[in-house]
Amino acid sequence: MIHDRPAGTGVIVVTLLIAALLEVVPLPESVNWVRPEWMLLVLVYWVLELPSRIGVLWGFFVGLYHDVLVGTTLGQWGLAYALGAFVMLAAYKRMRVFTSLQQCAVVFLLVGTVSLLAFLVQESVGRTLYPPYTILYASLTSAVLWRPVCALLRWVQLRFLVR
Amino acid sequence: MTAPANPTYRLLIALVLAIVMMVLDQRTPWAAPVRHVLGYLTAPIHYLAHLPVDSGEWLSEQTQTRGSLMDENRRLQRQALILEQKVQRLAVLEAENVRLRELLNSSADLDANVLVAEIIGVDPDPNRQELVINKGRGDKVLRGQAVLDAQGLIGQVVDAGPLSSRVLLVTDASHAMSVQVNRNGVRAILAGTGQSDGLKLLYVPDTADINEGDLLVSTGLGQRYPRGYPVATVTAVRHQSGAPFAEIAARPTARVDRASHVLLVQSTDKPLIPVPDPEAANDS
Repeated sequence: MIHDRPAGTGVIVVTLLIAALLEVVPLPESVNWVRPEWMLLVLVYWVLELPSRIGVLWGFFVGLYHDVLVGTTLGQWGLAYALGAFVMLAAYKRMRVFTSLQQCAVVFLLVGTVSLLAFLVQESVGRTLYPPYTILYASLTSAVLWRPVCALLRWVQLRFLVR
Repeated sequence: MTAPANPTYRLLIALVLAIVMMVLDQRTPWAAPVRHVLGYLTAPIHYLAHLPVDSGEWLSEQTQTRGSLMDENRRLQRQALILEQKVQRLAVLEAENVRLRELLNSSADLDANVLVAEIIGVDPDPNRQELVINKGRGDKVLRGQAVLDAQGLIGQVVDAGPLSSRVLLVTDASHAMSVQVNRNGVRAILAGTGQSDGLKLLYVPDTADINEGDLLVSTGLGQRYPRGYPVATVTAVRHQSGAPFAEIAARPTARVDRASHVLLVQSTDKPLIPVPDPEAANDS
């Protein structure tokens, strides 16, 4: 079997940047509570699709970018995203045979865990105000939006021949 | 598709890197270069996110009628006239103030340099009260600079990136500053609550002379904020028998959640207490 040459790294980066844009687009204060973790969703998609290319280090650097974007402690999201990518690398074969509902459940748990890690770091530097269960709102919307995001990125992947 | 190479090592590398970076970022200034380099890549995202607001403003400017523009022009001219008249008196007062301060042998308050910036982003995290402005180190923005709007102090620059900067608002829960009551000079610590319209005074004795409606101005103690800018007005004073301190709530005078343009004030590096000049001492 001939292995496909990797292609479309630029497309992956662009999808991540669009996700970054969605993370900082100004929204009413109440909507901020349920703003999904766009960058994590996009990252998870690419990890699941291209586990041989997109992995832990991608997660780390995307997380680092997220840190600078939202002004958190450097490495807070880097650590969290790297771990998230690691978990997805361990589970990508199972994720492929899961039904949509099961996938959403996994994404819910993953986003919750990753956000909790970031929350712990933020808590330790004293920049949290609300109790940790508040991250559940964003995890829930992330899980709900997982299938639409998936479908959109699948279209992008086929359209721009990312492999 | 091939299975990935053992990702455990990479995870270890990432974890170590992340933890080292967190410690460096919290305890030392050495992580600043990383932030600076990534700042070139994050600033365009903030500018892009602000674009719809910008173009909306541009559109509404373009489509305004001549009449409304003339009305606005007239209003602004009136306002300018009033402000100019106030400034005339200010010049005399300032000169007098400098003379009196010279008599008292204390350092003069000079006019600070001012830089205008536009707010291009608001922190999406409800836990933090921060803004992103469209001026960075390229425009000589420095960490620790005070930020104000037309009504009063808004906050300070906590991270000066290459093209944009982050501003920590006075309303952030981790922010506190020294203020005094404009009426009588009583000093207190003003802390944020994490709500965009809520501030509180800490450790104020029950007997302190602070009333509802009092204006709180910055004292300049702490060398971070310039002296004498309005920060907040007291909205509620509650005395509770048994509690050691009075509960005092205040609202920022600046429109923290609605401002679109802000002023950055160059902090004059003058010591509050004049340092005696050894040579002058030798001469006399």
